[in-house]
Amino acid sequence: MAKLTREDVLKLAQLSRLKLSDEEVLRFQDEITEILQYVEKLQSVDLAGVDPTYQVSGLSNVMREDAVYDYGVKAEDLLKNATVAEDGHIQVKRIIE
Amino acid sequence: MSRWLSIADIAEKVQSGELKATAMVEQAFKSIEQCQKYDAIIATIPERAKRRAQELDGRIALGEQTGRLSGVPFIAKDNFLTFGSETTAASNILRGFEAPYQSTVIERLEAEGAICVAKANLDAFAHGGSTENSDFMVTKNPHDASRVPGGSSGGSAAAVMLDMAPFALGTDTGGSIRLPASFTGAVGLKPTYGLVSRSGVVAMASSTDVVGPLARTVEDAALVLDVISGRDLLDGTTVNRDPEPYTNLDRATVSEFKIGIIKEYMGEGVDHDVREQIQSTVEALQKAGADIQELSLPSLDLALAAYYIIVPAEISSNLSRYDGQRYGFSHPDATNLDQSYNWSRSEGFGREAKRRIMIGTYVLSSGYYDAYYKKAQQLRTKLIEEFNKAFKSVDFLVGPIAPMTAFKIGENTNDPLKMYLADAMTVGVSLAGLPAISVPVGLDRNSLPVGMQLIGQQRTDRKLFSLAKEIERLVK
Repeated sequence: MAKLTREDVLKLAQLSRLKLSDEEVLRFQDEITEILQYVEKLQSVDLAGVDPTYQVSGLSNVMREDAVYDYGVKAEDLLKNATVAEDGHIQVKRIIE
Repeated sequence: MSRWLSIADIAEKVQSGELKATAMVEQAFKSIEQCQKYDAIIATIPERAKRRAQELDGRIALGEQTGRLSGVPFIAKDNFLTFGSETTAASNILRGFEAPYQSTVIERLEAEGAICVAKANLDAFAHGGSTENSDFMVTKNPHDASRVPGGSSGGSAAAVMLDMAPFALGTDTGGSIRLPASFTGAVGLKPTYGLVSRSGVVAMASSTDVVGPLARTVEDAALVLDVISGRDLLDGTTVNRDPEPYTNLDRATVSEFKIGIIKEYMGEGVDHDVREQIQSTVEALQKAGADIQELSLPSLDLALAAYYIIVPAEISSNLSRYDGQRYGFSHPDATNLDQSYNWSRSEGFGREAKRRIMIGTYVLSSGYYDAYYKKAQQLRTKLIEEFNKAFKSVDFLVGPIAPMTAFKIGENTNDPLKMYLADAMTVGVSLAGLPAISVPVGLDRNSLPVGMQLIGQQRTDRKLFSLAKEIERLVK
């Protein structure tokens, strides 16, 4: 695999909602390339036709009764860590002008 | 620092009134204070801990039964939500976060009378194998302060070995309980996937994250697992526990055990002293009558590559919740929502978190998904098949926890790939969801602990403790 370009890293950062400094871009070009080159080892094995495993609990569709449970957690407790909360809501910056 | 009694003994003596819960908590805080230079602890929980201890002593004076862990202090890795302190996951982005509820495991421990006294340091968001990735400080190894304690549960392991508390909680996604246990000489269990609830634990990679105990002895670790394991309505991935207590470690007959040494874990690249300690423990088991054979699981050589695709993919997804709005750091200068997301995350996340988020984003992007992510999950299937096949001929698989013992602080920090190689022997188990335990079996030439890894089939955690206890006895 070829080394990631500056544009590649900036694109990844944008998809990841990260703003990188120039120093970080340079560093990540090298480091991420090196790690991706390492994981490319996998391309050497033939896994055609093998089913992927996404989880290992052996469980599927865990159901519970559609009921309200009281865990003693109040809405205001959940909101106390929000940057701006008002009237039981989280307030964010304006999206639509 | 004075050594603690066994957890069962402390609880019994506190219940009988011979020891006071308040005195236990005081002893814990004294040890924490004396060992500050190791930087194992991010925050203490003095008020809540002392209040709970007084309540317990009061209830006991009235003749009440207060549980199987009465008055036993413990330390939680700082990625467990707890009352009475912040929960930061050792990350700047969660600095100041006050949990609105506690983790299920903390609630279960408290219901049996245990008392959380402090929060332990970790690699931020549990990303790392040395605790050097903490956004706050580097924990030092209790055996040699110039070395790392392993990670990511390095603070928890160091705290136990420094006698700050009889046990600590850790999390293990690819080795984060086992590696620090090995590097510090603690006993550390990574339970079967799903055996312990993760409700209220800061998520890293949900398909392998597990919660488990670090302690000085197998017996103590077993008692903790017995309290914290089992289904939880708040975590849909939990499975039923063993109906028999995990503490029923009936003196196992070693001669009935069939044990497989993993060939891929004993080759070149493994430190000479590590290999020798494992080898001599295996010989001791053989002498005690165990049936020993060497087994090969060829896909293990590729497990690390699969792991460093799957886990960053899940991290990039799990860490998208840190958006600077609902909780966590929010950049004060942002003027619109996009800026708020980008600036808050850029300033709040450390270098390792950013690296993993971007790798995850890369392998999940359209065009790369099949070549990386899907292929890694296919390898996972193959690996599980190889484990299943191995367990047809043996009860346990064994090998080292890591190819090396505790390394020097700073030795690998500028080479992320080299740092990832410390996980080479622990990630296979994680991808397959198997239980595994690290038991200290000896020391290397620098008097640093060597941990042996014992691996069982899913839900054989109790049997694993039995073997671990036999090894504990054999190497004494």
